[in-house]
Amino acid sequence: MSWIDNRIEDGVIITSLDWAINWARTSSLWPVTFGLACCAIEMMATGASRFDIDRFGAGAFRPTPRQADLMIVAGTVTYKMASRLKRLYNQMPDPKYVMAMGACTVGGGPYFKHGYHVVKGVDLVVPVDVYIPGCPPRPESLLEGLMRLQDKIRHQTRAKDKVALANRDKLAPLTV
Amino acid sequence: MTPEEISNLLRRTFGDAIEEVVLAGAHPYVVVQADRWPEVAQFLRRDRRLKFNLLRCISSLDLLPDDKLAAVYDLCAVPEATDDKPLVCPHEFAVRVVTNRGNPHIPSVADVWETANWHEREAYDLMGIVFDNHPDLRRILCPDDWQGHPLRKDYVFPKEYHGIPGTTEHELPSPRH
Repeated sequence: MSWIDNRIEDGVIITSLDWAINWARTSSLWPVTFGLACCAIEMMATGASRFDIDRFGAGAFRPTPRQADLMIVAGTVTYKMASRLKRLYNQMPDPKYVMAMGACTVGGGPYFKHGYHVVKGVDLVVPVDVYIPGCPPRPESLLEGLMRLQDKIRHQTRAKDKVALANRDKLAPLTV
Repeated sequence: MTPEEISNLLRRTFGDAIEEVVLAGAHPYVVVQADRWPEVAQFLRRDRRLKFNLLRCISSLDLLPDDKLAAVYDLCAVPEATDDKPLVCPHEFAVRVVTNRGNPHIPSVADVWETANWHEREAYDLMGIVFDNHPDLRRILCPDDWQGHPLRKDYVFPKEYHGIPGTTEHELPSPRH
């Protein structure tokens, strides 16, 4: 029994601010509905009953970026779509996260060589938190990517992060 | 009508405007002079024996060794929807219109077949064929400020588009097959 046990009234909870905020963010990641190609079919399957992304608190697909925390870029991003994608990303409130789902968004995929119109990786347009390879990735992969993103959020801190401050300019997304 | 009969009919009606008849293979076609193409199209659409009421597709070809561009109009005649008969093509045919690569102009047939409107825009967007008298000749797939026509064989891939870098394998300007 440590020194703090049995010293606090019943009904009082002690936690750290970081833990509480991270817990809230981790368990209610609302994705913006953003399917671009065949990966969106797998994303829909992930949302449906068999895989049920709602188990992780990420099943509330929002039709507007203003209500969303997470953008799952599911499908081929063309140069024409890149400016729209950038605009949607900018409309999302902070903190916001991006998952690159599928080979096309990770690095151009099958269009890397012959696709004159395909962006060779969505990280050239917006900063990406988690990359999910596959063509298209199975729903299990998407869930795995979601869990890795939740791990990442769990380790965030409200304290001053010297590394992040120093790299802030480097992380700024390209203008489209 | 068989492709042979159709090509003979066109030959008799338009004479020199039909430059070539190719009946061999699965896709028989005639080559029509570009400046006579609208009246041939009107004939194909309106003539009672032909009645080509469906333009299935416009394919564009880049004939780089001959320094030519071509548009292939894939035509088909279907009975009116009110008929009791099942909708099968009584006959089908194709028309090829060849134009210069340097200054590609083909008259539009968007007033003959409504379908041609978007198909011609696509051929203009990706192959750079200019369809004269088209009601609304803009790009249809690429952004309006796109440079060049991507499906041409000598197209050079963009290295950058609005700040987004683009690459091809081994930094080549266009892919090698």
